[in-house]
Amino acid sequence: MAATQTPDMKDRRRRKTPMARRESRFGVNLILPAVLVVALLVVFPLLWNVALSFQKARLIDIQDVSIWGFTPTLNNYRTVVGAHDFWPVLKTTFIYTIAGSILSIGLGLWAALSLQKAFKGRAFVRGLVLFPYVVPVIAAAFVWQVMLNPQFGIVNEWLGRFGVPAIDFLRTRSYDLSVFGLFHVSIPLALTTVIVFEGWRYFPFAFLFILAALQSMPEDVNEAALVDGATLSQKFRYVTLPALAPVLSVLFLLRFIWTFNKFDDVYLLTGGGSGTEVITVKIVDWMLGRGNVGAAAALGMILAAILLVVVGLYFKFFYKEETA
Amino acid sequence: MTRAEFEERFFGTLKWMSIVFFAVIALFPLLYMLALSFKPIQDLLLDPGKWWPTLEQITGFETYRAVLRPVDQGGFGFVTFIRNSSIVAVSTVILTLAVGILAAYSVARVNFFGRQTVSIGMILVYLFPVVIVAIPLFVMFSRMGIRDSLYGLVIVYLASTLPVTMYMLRGYFQSIPVSLEEAAMVDGLSRFGVIRKITFPLAAPAIAAVALYVFMIAWNEFLYALLFVLEKRELWTLSLGVNQLNTQEVPKTMLMAGSVIISLPIIVLFFAAERFLTEGLTAGGVKG
Repeated sequence: MAATQTPDMKDRRRRKTPMARRESRFGVNLILPAVLVVALLVVFPLLWNVALSFQKARLIDIQDVSIWGFTPTLNNYRTVVGAHDFWPVLKTTFIYTIAGSILSIGLGLWAALSLQKAFKGRAFVRGLVLFPYVVPVIAAAFVWQVMLNPQFGIVNEWLGRFGVPAIDFLRTRSYDLSVFGLFHVSIPLALTTVIVFEGWRYFPFAFLFILAALQSMPEDVNEAALVDGATLSQKFRYVTLPALAPVLSVLFLLRFIWTFNKFDDVYLLTGGGSGTEVITVKIVDWMLGRGNVGAAAALGMILAAILLVVVGLYFKFFYKEETA
Repeated sequence: MTRAEFEERFFGTLKWMSIVFFAVIALFPLLYMLALSFKPIQDLLLDPGKWWPTLEQITGFETYRAVLRPVDQGGFGFVTFIRNSSIVAVSTVILTLAVGILAAYSVARVNFFGRQTVSIGMILVYLFPVVIVAIPLFVMFSRMGIRDSLYGLVIVYLASTLPVTMYMLRGYFQSIPVSLEEAAMVDGLSRFGVIRKITFPLAAPAIAAVALYVFMIAWNEFLYALLFVLEKRELWTLSLGVNQLNTQEVPKTMLMAGSVIISLPIIVLFFAAERFLTEGLTAGGVKG
């Protein structure tokens, strides 16, 4: 990360001259407020969360919850894991996270490829495409709710013109789709809708990263491929895609982590109903809905543990191959 | 026609269709939101396909008036929420920049023991689940008696925007040539003087971009506001205010008016500084 250090700076660190010491003190002084803020408001609460997860803590007697003086118990973990919907929620979370990440990156890649070459008005379209990502999540979620509304939403109005009966996209757990009357499939409609929202909202993020990577690609490789007679699809398959692999892989990791931790989107779209409940929504439900702070903390610990394992696996299996 | 020619033509057409597709999916929901926000709900129920408003409806401003009017006059008191959101967002920006600029400079430029650790620690904090920190903070702030106050929110937003700020500014500070600062020091400026007179002005665009980001994050934030100040209506931020409109009793066109009110400042700011922001985004990778 600090690869930009000059050799000269490294030398300075080895010698502990009075000037170096003064420099060191100066650096520590500058960073102290930031470290204090993070220690007090992130690290300390994290540790406290560990404590909370092992004690009986209710929302109503929150004033008496103490950090040290409690008898440790595993009850919260038992309650949380034993809940009838624990495994379904976990499964939903994974489907939502993986599908949402892939969809947003896929759309981002498609958009970046389309907008790669300069044309008149490209800057304008590029700014436009960022809209879904920039708009406050609450406004985005509610306009989707209204667009998908079965009574007066524009989507159902348009579908109605093709003779499709009104569909309540965000409140239908599973929807039976018959394909030309030949075979029937049942799709988890509300969950699919939430995933599509996720793809729509976050594709600009992937788009920006991929576009930057495309534009920093050396032109001669492309030209060489063209001279060799590669068609556009071959060029994409054998030149562009391999070159983008590192960016795509980092994007997937980032999107996975952030989507896994995401609360607002699902909560605002469906409130966690109709088979869309993810872990974060469940945590807030334990906390505010049922007033069980200890259980919420325990589920939070489980969320963090899963995330840690997934990220660890990612680094073990994917990261090395790319840098090698 | 050879395969190469076919693909040339096929992808050429596909490209333009894609551009139209992306422009439409990005813009249409916002247009729809804006259009509906002016319409009376009865009109919409009568003919959902006719979603654009008439000129009288636009100039009438009915839904907006209802949303902005104070509660005791039968409105939804959005003026208070706008004020609260502004106070919280602006305070967060000032505090985060004050703490973040110095910290980022320190990590980017000054040699001190533990610099590497702090650098990595910041990235870890940045990736960490917000929900886990929210529960103990809720307990902590409740016990300190600052949970249902705007101070509580500002403090939490400071903590959650500080890592992004440091991460983005560090990258920018590192891109400023060291020789510039060294020359200024040779000319007799103190370390602090260098930050103030050399680094700060050079990094002004980056600092502006970061300030906008922090503003957006604080302005849009929902979870902490929900946890902390839900019980006190006079302290609600705009996101809570918009959320309360999402009930059966309130016409959806008013919900859209509320959504426009919360989105408008963000969209205006974004377009005012789009170039800085997109560059900053890819440099720092902003959480969303």
